[in-house]
Amino acid sequence: MIREFGLIDIMYLVAAARWTLALTAVAFAGSAVLGLALAILRILPVAPLRWFAATYIQLVQGTPLLVWLFLIFFGLPLAGISVNPWIAAAVAFSIYGSAFLGEIWRGALVSIAKTQWEAGASLGLSLGEQLRYVIIPQSIRIAIPPTVGFLVQLIKNTSLAAVIGFVELTREGQLTAAGTYKPFAVYITVACIYFAMCFPLTQWSRSLERKLDVAR
Amino acid sequence: MSLVEIHDVSKSYGANQVLKGVSLNIDKGEVVAVIGRSGSGKSTLLRCVNGLEPVQAGTIRIDGVQVNDPATDLRKLRQEVGIVFQQFNLFPHLSVSDNITLAPRVVKKQKPEEAREVAREVLARVGLADKLDAYPAQLSGGQQQRVAIARSLAMRPKLMLFDEVTSALDPELTGEVLKVLESVAQEGMTMMLVTHEMGFARRFGSRVVFMHEGRIREEGQAAAVLAQPKTPELTTFLSAVLH
Repeated sequence: MIREFGLIDIMYLVAAARWTLALTAVAFAGSAVLGLALAILRILPVAPLRWFAATYIQLVQGTPLLVWLFLIFFGLPLAGISVNPWIAAAVAFSIYGSAFLGEIWRGALVSIAKTQWEAGASLGLSLGEQLRYVIIPQSIRIAIPPTVGFLVQLIKNTSLAAVIGFVELTREGQLTAAGTYKPFAVYITVACIYFAMCFPLTQWSRSLERKLDVAR
Repeated sequence: MSLVEIHDVSKSYGANQVLKGVSLNIDKGEVVAVIGRSGSGKSTLLRCVNGLEPVQAGTIRIDGVQVNDPATDLRKLRQEVGIVFQQFNLFPHLSVSDNITLAPRVVKKQKPEEAREVAREVLARVGLADKLDAYPAQLSGGQQQRVAIARSLAMRPKLMLFDEVTSALDPELTGEVLKVLESVAQEGMTMMLVTHEMGFARRFGSRVVFMHEGRIREEGQAAAVLAQPKTPELTTFLSAVLH
C-alpha cells in the first residue's frame, strides 16, 4: 500500500534524528575516552606503549567503518556474544572515532613547546601532573576546532548504522521512501535535517578557529 | 661537604661530546657564574645539575643526593633546586598567582590560601606585588622573568640555577632582572648562573668558571679571573664580549 509523503512523515524523520544525535553523543563519549588514552600513550616516553597506540590507530584508520560495524554486529554473535544494533553501533563508532580523535589530540599535545614540560618538571611536577596542569589545558584551545570538525563527520557517518538495522535518520528515510515511493522528496528532507544539525557546528568551529587564533 | 658536587661529568649528544670530564664544587651561599662561548657546554652543565639532561659518566650530587642515580626521586630533588630559563617558560594559561602557587599546591600540598600568601611574599621580593592576578601575556619580558624567579623562590629551594636569564630581554629590561638576582644573592641563596653579564659576574659572583669546548678552562675568584685571564681562550672570549 502506497501512502502520501506528508507532514506526519517529516515529523517521523525529525523524531528519528533524535537517534542520530543519541548515537553521535554515545559514540563521541566513547571516542573521547579511548582517544584521550591513545593520545597520551602516543606521547609517553615508553616505546612499547607508543607503538601499541600507533598500531591501533593505523589499523583502525586503514579499515572501513562499515567493516567494523559488520564485524561487531555479525561477528561477535558467532563468538557467543549477542549484540543488539545499539551496542554494536556504539562500540564500532567508538573504536573508529577514537583512532581519529587520538590523532587530533596527539597533535594538539605535541604542539605545546617542550619547554613547558621542562618548566613543570623543574618545579617537581610528575609526568601526570605536567599533563594535567600544564599541557592539556593549553592544548585544549588548539584541539577544539578540529574536534568540532570531527563531530560533524561523526554525525554524518552515523548513517552507516542504518545497514545493521539501527533506526536513525537514514534508516527511517529508507523506510519512509519504501512506504511512500517518493525517494527524492524523502532523501532531500533527510539531507536537509542532516544539514540543519551539521551547519551550526561547522559555523561554530569556524568562529572558534578565528577566536582561538587571535587570542594571546 | 659542598652543596653541589660535580665530579668528572661527561655527556654526549650522539657523536658530539659536549661535556668532557667536568668537575666543580659549589659551597652553600656561593654565587658561581659560568661563562663561555655558545656551544661551550655551560647551559648543558646547568641542565644536568637538576637532571633535565642525563649524563653518561661521572656523578653529580646535591646536598649528598646523587642526581644521576636511577633510584633518586628527581621530583623530590627538584623541589630543592630551582631553575630559571632564558625564555621564562611561564605557563601562559595561568595567572601570575597560579603560576607561582601551582607547584606548592600540587607538589608540596600547601593549602590554597597558604600558597597564595607565599605567592604574595615572593612577588613582593621581585617587586611585582601588584601583578598577582595578571596573566603572563600582559607583562613585559623583564616582568615575566621576575615572575619566573618568584615562581622558583616559592618552592624555597636550597640552590637556584639561572640559564642566561637576561639573554632574551631588551637591554633596558635586563637591569630590573639583575637587581632581583642581586637581592636573591644577598639573601644568601646558593646560585649557579650561566650568564653573559660580565658586570654582574664581577660584582656578585664569588667565583667565575670559564668553559671552553666542554671543559672548565679557567676558574677562580671573579674579579681576579676577569681582570687577569691566564689562558688565551679566556682572553679572546673576554675581548669579544667586552668589545
